[in-house]
Amino acid sequence: MIEFANVSKTYGHTADAPKALDDVSLRIGSGELVVLIGGSGSGKSTLLKMINRMEQPDTGTVALDGQDMVHMPLRELRLRMGYVIQSVGLFPHWTVARNIGVVPTMLGWKPERIAARVTELLSLFDLDPTTYGPRYPHQLSGGQQQRVGVARALAGDPEVLLMDEPFGALDPLIRTALQDEVKRIHQASGKTIVMVTHDIDEALRLGTQIVLLEQGRIVQVGSPLALLSQPANKQVADFIGRSDVGIKLLSLQSAGSLARVEAPQSTPFLPASASLREAVSTLALHGCQSLNLLDDTGAHAGVLHATDLFNRRHTGSLPLSDDQGQHA
Amino acid sequence: MLKPRYAWLGDKLLWAVLLLAALVFGLPHSEALFASLFPQLERPVYRQEPFTQLLWQHVLLVGASGAAAVLVGTLAGIWVTRPAGRAFRPVLETLVSMGQTLPPVAVLALAVPAVGFGELPALIALALYGLLPVVQGTITGLQAVAAPVLQAANGMGLSPWQRLRQVEGPLAMPVWLSGVRTSVIINIGTAAIASTVGAKTLGSPIIVGLSGFNTAYVLQGAVVVGMLAVVVDMGFERLARRVDWAH
Amino acid sequence: MRVAPNRLVSGEAVSFFDLLQGSAWGLAVLLIGLLLLSLAPPRRICLWLTVVAATVLAVGLGIQAANHATQVVQASTPFARTALGSGLWLVWLLLGLVLADALQALRAGTLARLGVATAVLLPLGLMLVSGGADELSIMKEYANRSDEYWGVIARHCQIVALALLFTLAIGLPLGWATHRYVRVGRAMFPLLNIVQTIPSIALFGLLMAPLAWLAASWPALGRAGISGVGLAPGVLALTLYSLLPVVRGTLAGLAQVPSAVTQAAQGLGFSPAQLFWQAQVPLALPVVLSGVRIASIQAVGLAAVTALIGAGGLGSLMFEGLFSSAQDLVLLGVVPIVALGVLVDGVFKLLIARTRPATPNMESAH
Repeated sequence: MIEFANVSKTYGHTADAPKALDDVSLRIGSGELVVLIGGSGSGKSTLLKMINRMEQPDTGTVALDGQDMVHMPLRELRLRMGYVIQSVGLFPHWTVARNIGVVPTMLGWKPERIAARVTELLSLFDLDPTTYGPRYPHQLSGGQQQRVGVARALAGDPEVLLMDEPFGALDPLIRTALQDEVKRIHQASGKTIVMVTHDIDEALRLGTQIVLLEQGRIVQVGSPLALLSQPANKQVADFIGRSDVGIKLLSLQSAGSLARVEAPQSTPFLPASASLREAVSTLALHGCQSLNLLDDTGAHAGVLHATDLFNRRHTGSLPLSDDQGQHA
Repeated sequence: MLKPRYAWLGDKLLWAVLLLAALVFGLPHSEALFASLFPQLERPVYRQEPFTQLLWQHVLLVGASGAAAVLVGTLAGIWVTRPAGRAFRPVLETLVSMGQTLPPVAVLALAVPAVGFGELPALIALALYGLLPVVQGTITGLQAVAAPVLQAANGMGLSPWQRLRQVEGPLAMPVWLSGVRTSVIINIGTAAIASTVGAKTLGSPIIVGLSGFNTAYVLQGAVVVGMLAVVVDMGFERLARRVDWAH
Repeated sequence: MRVAPNRLVSGEAVSFFDLLQGSAWGLAVLLIGLLLLSLAPPRRICLWLTVVAATVLAVGLGIQAANHATQVVQASTPFARTALGSGLWLVWLLLGLVLADALQALRAGTLARLGVATAVLLPLGLMLVSGGADELSIMKEYANRSDEYWGVIARHCQIVALALLFTLAIGLPLGWATHRYVRVGRAMFPLLNIVQTIPSIALFGLLMAPLAWLAASWPALGRAGISGVGLAPGVLALTLYSLLPVVRGTLAGLAQVPSAVTQAAQGLGFSPAQLFWQAQVPLALPVVLSGVRIASIQAVGLAAVTALIGAGGLGSLMFEGLFSSAQDLVLLGVVPIVALGVLVDGVFKLLIARTRPATPNMESAH
């Protein structure tokens, strides 16, 4: 568990320098995937860097598992945490395998164990170990480099994974694929992941908790659902994007959750695990009123009716706050 | 293409070394050749000292001054790029850029009033002048290491020493090496001129020949010292290919 | 400072502290003040005080040394020689460094730098011209050679200028060719690299024999000034050395012209000649000039070595001094070489700054 208590930080020495962080308190529970989001200058990156002490708070404390980090040896602390940055920062003079193996080497693992770990991680990220292990970073595409970057951060089996705008420089298709991989790894390993992004869709897709910052202050902390349905103020609503809140809400819920237990109809099919957003898209594409849902094995799993999607009684689990109208 | 067994036959460095050796050992036996080229000269081959000895002294002078320059220059370059010495970096850089507008021969000449004639002023001048490209190469090389790489290294928990030895050092190596190469090549030439301040080097036949109107001496000294520079440069070229991580 | 009864004896040292009397105390105070300033926080006022103190100290030390020399001569024989000690040269060097560093920290403009340079050099220059320093041994050495001295400097400049002229005439088109045709570069650069590698004195030597042979075989060439010794091999070798930086600079300059600019120009309907003169040349010029700057500084130094093959110039004084153990003569040759190098460096830096297209100044924005 990571705990920020009344953390403030100012860059520069002049009295009127804006505060990068202004009295921030935050708890990040173990196993969460917390997304720090905000515009530029909101302090999101500074907050992340305080977790591995790349930045120091001027006042306030940051504690890891109840222990104030100021008293922890810096090196051990960083070895316990994986760190991924937007520009990847692979060591260009080392092979992919050696890059991934750097933290295990520093931890004193045996060579066989390191080799096994490298193979395991490369396979996890769909990179053939015999092909990619001996390559140099400049021989990889941008997406492959960031895969290796994440693999390197995970190599030492860290308790916490810190990601500073990890996919900001990648094109949308590759970004989506990597987001899926991070989500998969998070669900499989149960590691605490803290990620910085400025992309609200990425935050909604990945986060179990979203922390929205503005000018060094926390504006709202909550689940994606809470952020969408109960934005704390006008700024949050603006940031999320007022015009497509409904569509974004739909993307948080699976098609299966609104399934009616009925016999299959002569309508298009959709996996039950797909989001309601995809369901709307499919309905609109085919100009029909209902969809047959399929479970993972391809068996029939009920029918989704368009009327249920737009019926407040069924979407009642996503209450839209009443004050939403005042801002509109 | 040559078969792998005979690949060494295509090694230019090997041939250059052999040619240098042939020159050094063969020149004393080339009386007939130079006598026919320069019929008006009484003594067409330089014999005051054997060429082997001159070569050895030349290499020793450049090697000793080069070693001092590389050691001091590298340490200074590393020091001013660490937090402890960062404040001195502008001064050092100003000194280096000012120093490089001085011609090496002027440094040599200025060393004489300071320490007198002989090997010592040559050694000091060569070491001092040789410092400049080494310091510059070290700073430029360390400076060129990409910021994200350093950030990643710090974030992963590499200690400052590990970072320098495993990441910054190897990455700065090519630029550093080209600084050392410049330093050594300049000093091979300056060491030749150092025979004017009393050091015995491969420049001696040239200077003796110039002052005695013996073009044959000049030619012999020039060929050997030119070949030495080419050999050393090729050696650095070979080394540069080895440390180049950006294959 | 060193005082000797005549020019051959090496003399005994006179330290700065022995000269501590009257106005010299002021200099000592300045020195201490400068030391204290170096510990002060780098505020603008402190930096400017540093500049002023260093300037006054540099000028004051020179005047003090000259005055002492005059006193010594009046007190003893007219053959007495007073030379500046290496300590004074070193202090001057350090003061120069302090000035450069302070001006750098102040982000001083060209005008301020020129002003400081004038403040240091003008009083010292006036002293030299007015004869106030005539009793220093280096000035006595100058007096011995005053009739030929300016000719020697002119000769040095002539060697450098001729070599640069040839270099530009060959190097600029060659640089353009290496940019236009990759194969030209692939053929040229290894060759030029080898030339740079060969020590200057060896290259002069290697050129002597063929040129002497040419002159002997075709007397007409000899009458035109081509011979194994003298100006011809010197200028030829210097030209060969200068080619690499100039060709490399021209190539780099042309290569760094953004392809967006050339494409846009072509799209706007520029003719190839318009494209070259109106887009490529102005954009490439600063980088080309940096290449020429390196070549020029190098040529000023190498021209000194050409004295060994009888080309004349300041090197002849320097080597004559070295061969006859006359240290003042060495200095008389070296000091103008260094000054020429610094001057050429400064002129080119100014030119490069002038030709650089206006870009947002990152430094002043800070």
